[in-house]
Amino acid sequence: MTHWLILPIILPAFLAPFIVLAARYQIGIQRVISVAGMVALIGIALGLSWTASDGSILLYQLGDWAAPFGIVLVGDRLSTLMVLLTAVLALFVLLYSIGSKWDERGRHFHALFQFQIMGIMGAFLTGDLFNLFVFFEVLLIASYGLMIHAGGTVRLRAGVQYVLFNLLGSTLFLFALGAIYAETGTLNMADLAHRVQLIDAGATVGIRVAAVLLLMVFAIKAAVVPLHFWLPSSYAEAPAPVAALFAIMTKVGAYAIIRVYTLIFPPDLAATAGLHGWWLLPAALVSLAVGMIGVLAARHLDRLVAFAVIGSMGMVMVSIALFTPAGISAALYYTVHSTLAAGALFLISDLARAGRANLDLTAQPPMAGANLTAAMFFVAAIAMAGLPPLSGFIGKLLILDAAFDTPHMVWIWAVVLGASLIGIVGFARAGSILFWKAKSVETPEDASTAAAPSGLSYVAVGGLLSLLVAHTVFAGPATTYTTAIANQLFTPDAYMTTVLTTKGKMSAPKTEEDH
Amino acid sequence: MEILVASAIGILTAGGMYLVLRLRTFPVIMGISLLTYAVNIFLFASGRLTVGAPPILGDATTYTDPLPQALVLTAIVISFGMTAVVVMIALGAYLGGNDDRVDDPVVEDAP
Repeated sequence: MTHWLILPIILPAFLAPFIVLAARYQIGIQRVISVAGMVALIGIALGLSWTASDGSILLYQLGDWAAPFGIVLVGDRLSTLMVLLTAVLALFVLLYSIGSKWDERGRHFHALFQFQIMGIMGAFLTGDLFNLFVFFEVLLIASYGLMIHAGGTVRLRAGVQYVLFNLLGSTLFLFALGAIYAETGTLNMADLAHRVQLIDAGATVGIRVAAVLLLMVFAIKAAVVPLHFWLPSSYAEAPAPVAALFAIMTKVGAYAIIRVYTLIFPPDLAATAGLHGWWLLPAALVSLAVGMIGVLAARHLDRLVAFAVIGSMGMVMVSIALFTPAGISAALYYTVHSTLAAGALFLISDLARAGRANLDLTAQPPMAGANLTAAMFFVAAIAMAGLPPLSGFIGKLLILDAAFDTPHMVWIWAVVLGASLIGIVGFARAGSILFWKAKSVETPEDASTAAAPSGLSYVAVGGLLSLLVAHTVFAGPATTYTTAIANQLFTPDAYMTTVLTTKGKMSAPKTEEDH
Repeated sequence: MEILVASAIGILTAGGMYLVLRLRTFPVIMGISLLTYAVNIFLFASGRLTVGAPPILGDATTYTDPLPQALVLTAIVISFGMTAVVVMIALGAYLGGNDDRVDDPVVEDAP
């Protein structure tokens, strides 16, 4: 048994207390440790992805207890891809927060950041539903601290909303877990997948309630309409690097939906059939529309980006709700794109703050460093709105293609294309007000010139944007890989046998082997 | 006993939901506390109700399921910590803004 699989959780879990205890007052040491940890994490994630890319399932039994008695971590293609995506996004966000000195505006930024990474990594890697709940809580507790980093009344108020909404979500999660345990007697995902199939067709009430509750919990995380109300305020009021990191948190919800509803409640399961088509797909279409209309209607740049996140999550969920290999593959391609694009946009909205009084979409004198910021906004907006030549366009094509053969094709095509048009208009409007109209405004005589954002900030944003370009250029290999992920997800037998038959303490077959 | 436990969960949840919908921090936090009590009892009941039976192997003939007890313990610790965090943040927001509403403030339309 290799121990590499638990390192993405262990490493931040060790770095965070070290930062708090040993380097409490030395921001320089904190930064070095944080960045070094994140680079190491990318290396580990690359190694894990490489190992899992041939289709093998990595398994780590904590304390050597065999599933389903012990908690297991499972790394398949999907998990390791998400771990890698998290580590890469986190590195650039970290560089930005150092470059823009956001991490100096309050205490314990780096420690909370590491705890947040630990929670996200754990949520991606765990193979146990209750453990998923625990890691959700870990990432949420850290996110509460990050959300109100640097303080301020408006931010605290948005933080209260965010915390309360997520507490309700956690309570709902526990209700769902209780219902699942009462029905099946296990919380290990692979074991559940096996036992849910055995439930008598006449007694599926409990498990259906649990499936719907669980879907609602993950939909809250993924900000699917009508459970999205927490997102605009909290993401817009959170410090920009934190909001950029939160771009991966909505994807945790999407990941959980993909994992649970391909493994435990697969589309062909009679008890929960229709959940995706009847409930998830319309909700996803509405969130796509609401998100893009929000982009058009937003009065502040940060709210605009928050609504763009809702819209892109809607796009991901539309594709997931098809629950075909092609749909999941397209969704994964778009997930990577949307994470990078949303992260970049949140950081750019902070770049645009330099020299401006606020982020209202009104004409104000040009901000410091306007040229470079404008160019970056242009690229990121093209990516987010889904215009050629960037990856948003390719992702959207894949989704439209995946929806082509389905009975809901008319609806999906109409909403996706209509929402894209609205989104393009919204981004064009925001960009022209922010960057073009600024030229027509007289700079007041007594205006103090603000310093342009530091070079490191631009490097961080540029890094995310160049990753988007790479995601476009290497779209062929990327889609080949996401198709492989989708195929692996729809043939979960290897996952189940690896998790359930690997020997450990308390595994029953040991005695049979002896004779 | 089933009816007693079931109605306790139901009443706690109903009361909690009502308080959460009041949209002021104090009732909302009280409501969330009631909801977490409800979910703790619910988790406890998910391992079937057994009276006076040990959760660990011994000489007894009937056992109660130990796993929900471990789950409840985790849930209690997490919800307790979360409540403390939200009380602190809500206090900060209230003292800073002199307002304890949870929903977004009404923003005057810019011309």
